[in-house]
Amino acid sequence: MSSRRIFARPARFAAIAPYVWMALFFLVPFAFVLKISLSQTAIAQPPYEPVFDLTAGWEALKAALAALSIDNFRLLGSDDIYVFAYVRSLTVAVTATALLLLFGYPIAYGMARLPKRWQAVAMVLVIVPFWTSFLIRIYAWINILQHDGLLNQILLALHLVSQPVVWLSTDTAMYIGIVYSYLPFMILPLYATLAKMEPALEEAASDLGAPPWHVFWLVTFPLSLPGVGAGVLLCFIPIVGEFVIPDLLAGSNALMIGQTLWLEFFTNKDWPVASAAAIVLLVVLLLPLLLYERLQKRQLEQRR
Amino acid sequence: MRKVSRLSRFNIASLALGLAFLYLPILILVLYSFNASRLVTVWGGWSLRWYREFFKDRAMIEAAWMSLRVAVSSATIATLLGTLAAVALSRGERFRGRTLFSGMLYAPLVMPEVITGLSLLLLFVALNAERGFWTVTIAHTTLTMCFVAVVVQSRLGSLDRSLEEAAMDLGCNPVRAFMAVTLPLIAPAIVAGWMLAFTLSLDDLVIASFTTGPGSATLPIRIYSEVRLGVKPEINAICTLVIALIAVVIVIASLASKLSSSQGESAAPL
Repeated sequence: MSSRRIFARPARFAAIAPYVWMALFFLVPFAFVLKISLSQTAIAQPPYEPVFDLTAGWEALKAALAALSIDNFRLLGSDDIYVFAYVRSLTVAVTATALLLLFGYPIAYGMARLPKRWQAVAMVLVIVPFWTSFLIRIYAWINILQHDGLLNQILLALHLVSQPVVWLSTDTAMYIGIVYSYLPFMILPLYATLAKMEPALEEAASDLGAPPWHVFWLVTFPLSLPGVGAGVLLCFIPIVGEFVIPDLLAGSNALMIGQTLWLEFFTNKDWPVASAAAIVLLVVLLLPLLLYERLQKRQLEQRR
Repeated sequence: MRKVSRLSRFNIASLALGLAFLYLPILILVLYSFNASRLVTVWGGWSLRWYREFFKDRAMIEAAWMSLRVAVSSATIATLLGTLAAVALSRGERFRGRTLFSGMLYAPLVMPEVITGLSLLLLFVALNAERGFWTVTIAHTTLTMCFVAVVVQSRLGSLDRSLEEAAMDLGCNPVRAFMAVTLPLIAPAIVAGWMLAFTLSLDDLVIASFTTGPGSATLPIRIYSEVRLGVKPEINAICTLVIALIAVVIVIASLASKLSSSQGESAAPL
């Protein structure tokens, strides 16, 4: 028996504690979300009719199963508010991810072309904002974008505008906030693939007479696609469910699904509908989530 | 012969603009926290007035204390569990339920926080748990242990396994080999994982809002409810203090990984 295999046995035991923890606090809660999404709304505390009580025995369980209703899901499908919220979430996420790719790619590309020792510095510089608080970074933009904020003062001083522009509570402000917050998530996977790329490939293409733009489109970009995929998923999935940024920066006339879920839960106290909204959100994200998980797994485990 | 210049003007411009975009808003925030004027946008000279206001604000101080306690406890539990998970995934070869295990560990990294928060709250309500310090700590541990697992696993993956095997060939049992050889080598990643868990917990608004109870707001919850009412200079001061705390944490983390950089490639926080 090789020592590698002897080592593996106690290593497997290390899984027990985190396994139990994640099962209890990540997997089981989803069962509750599913259960409550199928129950009736009630004006009580907690505000839902319990669907089943395992202590009441098999007969009670059967009766409870018969009482499950998909009314909450029907409501989600028929009420325009929810349909609009899902459509808006997906539109915002697609647009924002495209913007992130557009702005993130040149930065990652520039990083990958720096001399080796500067690359490490640039990487730290990109990671550091990711460590500072999300909420604080959004708040920093409220400071800048408000009516008499810095941006309007600069624009007025340069005589680019004659009146202060309304920035807050607009989609522009929201997109600025999203791009600002998620930029490191896009740059890092892009940089990781671009830095590994063999520079000789680009040089060969340009030695053979390809103009720089062709070199980029025909050589660099196709080779960086794994990084593009990782960056896109890493940004797209959380943006679909984003709450804080649209809540603080966008207007309140068109809500994203994270905001409707929050509203149903905290303001309307309609837990079953909030749960149903979460289930639908999860179903929408299932495919990108599975793709992301495969990517993450391959990346972490191929090095073994 | 023509030499292809690696760094074009376009590369330098996009890097400079990108970094300016990332840092300017934070710098402006820090600068305005020292502004004497009550109007956030009018510069009225240097002052520490808003820091004094913060230290007089009892509710804010209590929220900050709550956040610190949650961040330290959840980061510590998460580091323990996350490291165990990373060891199991990178050294455990095949075991039953491995796919489910890794799935549960990678999904929360990108799962929208509203879903994680809502599902945990429903669990706590069903268990009839009193909501407050412990429920938020459990919720944050669940999220951040996944980040710790990824950071430590990526370090374990880049480690030369023949070192462990040599220790065992020389007569160590697996546990001893791990303690004597592997653990010191992955220590920087474990430290970086703890720091990451700490800052993520300190930062979280959404999950904490779902899982906390009345009377035990965390700092982000307090800041959020103030920000919704408008920009206040006092918030600038609090945010600057949080940024300073995180900066100290980053410096410690990078020193920790530098100390062991001679032992191989340094551990990146992500």
